[in-house]
Amino acid sequence: MTVVLFFIFGALTIGGALGVVLARNPVHSALFLVLTLVSVAVLFLLQDAQLVAAVQIIVYAGAIVVLFLFVIMLLGVDQTEPFAEPLRFQRPVALALGAILLAEVLLLAGHRWATGAKTARGVGITGGAFGSNIQRVARVLFTTFLWPFEITAVLLVIAVIGAVVLARRSAQTPDSESESAPRSGS
Amino acid sequence: MTPPISTPSINWLAISPEIALAAAGVVMVMLRSVLRRRPITMPLCVVVAISGVVAAGAVEYRLWQVVDHHRAISTVAGMVRVDLFGIFLGVVVLGATLMTLLLSVAYLRREGLDAPEYLALVLLSAAGMLAMTTANDLIVVFLALEVLSIPLYVLAAFDRRRLSSQEAGIKYFVLGAFSSAIFLYGVALTYGATGTTSLTGIASFLAHNTLLDQGTLLAGIAFLLVGLGFKVAAVPFHMWTPDVYQGAPTPITAFMSAATKAAGFAALLRVFGVAFPLYRADWRPAVFALAVLSLVVGSVAAVVQTDVKRMLAYSSIAHAGYILIGFQTATSRGREAALLYLFVYSFMTVGAFAVLTVATRRGDDRHSLDDYRGLALERPIVGGLLIFFVLAQAGIPFTGGFIAKLEVFSAAAQAHQYVLLVIGVLAAVVTAYFYLRIAYTVLTPGEETSSAKPLETPRRVDVWSGLVLVACAALVLVVGVVPGVFVHWARDATFLL
Repeated sequence: MTVVLFFIFGALTIGGALGVVLARNPVHSALFLVLTLVSVAVLFLLQDAQLVAAVQIIVYAGAIVVLFLFVIMLLGVDQTEPFAEPLRFQRPVALALGAILLAEVLLLAGHRWATGAKTARGVGITGGAFGSNIQRVARVLFTTFLWPFEITAVLLVIAVIGAVVLARRSAQTPDSESESAPRSGS
Repeated sequence: MTPPISTPSINWLAISPEIALAAAGVVMVMLRSVLRRRPITMPLCVVVAISGVVAAGAVEYRLWQVVDHHRAISTVAGMVRVDLFGIFLGVVVLGATLMTLLLSVAYLRREGLDAPEYLALVLLSAAGMLAMTTANDLIVVFLALEVLSIPLYVLAAFDRRRLSSQEAGIKYFVLGAFSSAIFLYGVALTYGATGTTSLTGIASFLAHNTLLDQGTLLAGIAFLLVGLGFKVAAVPFHMWTPDVYQGAPTPITAFMSAATKAAGFAALLRVFGVAFPLYRADWRPAVFALAVLSLVVGSVAAVVQTDVKRMLAYSSIAHAGYILIGFQTATSRGREAALLYLFVYSFMTVGAFAVLTVATRRGDDRHSLDDYRGLALERPIVGGLLIFFVLAQAGIPFTGGFIAKLEVFSAAAQAHQYVLLVIGVLAAVVTAYFYLRIAYTVLTPGEETSSAKPLETPRRVDVWSGLVLVACAALVLVVGVVPGVFVHWARDATFLL
């Protein structure tokens, strides 16, 4: 069962990744990216890493792809990009680097010394009872790392305030613009 | 069944200053969204902001008494460590914050920037600085660094009608994010080498273990030094300073130059003093280089500037060099000198920027030396105060600046750092030249040319800015005349463990 799921979602991950690169329409690329990210989340689940899987879906598939789509929509999707390569050697170099990376991963996956963990061919690393890694993260979050956790909350408040301050139109102070030549409001 | 989580015990008094500031910041944002743009909103927010800072200051006073009689308070799972060192720099930060708030009231009205968010961001940034002064963990230091920096990026760009303000915000953001990343990399490498991010934990690990391979740890220490070096504007990590100081709204420049520097040095002194005292021999040469470069570049580059804000920016780099001398000695005497210097420097620099705030007219963009020609003749009190503050920064006797420099030099002499001592004295001579140049310009009558000059210059300084000017001048003068009590406080605050 696990092996079947692994192959299905492994194939979907690779298929999605190919789709991101090959799709003509940038919106389709972004949607293929969602497919890849969700499939990777399933692979995490198969490794008993529930928290990482949830974070993967919420942060990557949720927030970041939506941000991508926003940017694509704002820039407009209808203009077709000329497909001329700005850098001439980009493609062969990219292929070579990709091949090296693939070789590296294949090599490391079979060896223990790289990560110190059990090899991918051996027994998987399981965290015991279901949900244990979530519990473990929760435990340190509310004990050892309570203070950093709270500081992060303040940081998020700051980010919201800062974003609003910077994004708001400066037209809110119309009287201040009268002093000199019209400046373009940002 | 898993055992229930036992949450760490919390000493609420110890973290109250941070809570007071953050709460005041959030309350202001709420007031803004409930009351919208009623005329009452802004005065109410000013009251909330100032009471937040005063409350935090009162707690720091109480903490000073508590800690003075007992050992340092370690709380929230050892992440927070309140000792006299942290409280001393916390008071410096709060003082600078209070001055900034008072200075901003009239400034915001004059520039038409009335927005409670400005005050809220100042307070939240100050909360991050306070967390920095009491941090006992590299993760807390990093988060505090972010909490204090991100509001400053926004505040630097707050006056969006001015292009230079936008430029300041972007520049500060890009370089600040870069330096944060470097710092974080240093944290990761240090964790990799020692297995902990707790400062006291690192110290005890290094005391009980000998690393066979020191590369990782040394690289970590180097990255930590670079990351914090950006924040305190030490050469060669100072590139952003002149542009950001020039472009940011002037009260924010005062805040950045005083409070950020205090928080940055709090982290530097604490991280290196607590976690890596055993690696002194490795980091002292690097700090030596930073100190020398800061002194030389800061003082020489300031001479060729024609903009007063840029001049003061370079002078703040030179001041960082003096504080680094105290840090470099790695003795408690040196720490005492650094602390006293930070205290005095904060009020000198806030005072100087306060004069620039009230002396310029609406627009906040006329700060070239020529614009200040004859200021002391037209407005004797304001001009006189500017002369006083620049002379204090130059280190004229009977001002706090003199005592601070004297302390640094004597600490360097005691640690046999004669090269640093000589370079420090030479830099003081060079900086005196451009401080005197400012004073001279302010005293020379300007030729009455076009109608451009005074026109809108407000004749009267508002009461709050006046209070800031008087308070800063009084403090700088008092430290200069009766330094004993301040030196005593700084000495009490030097013990890190």
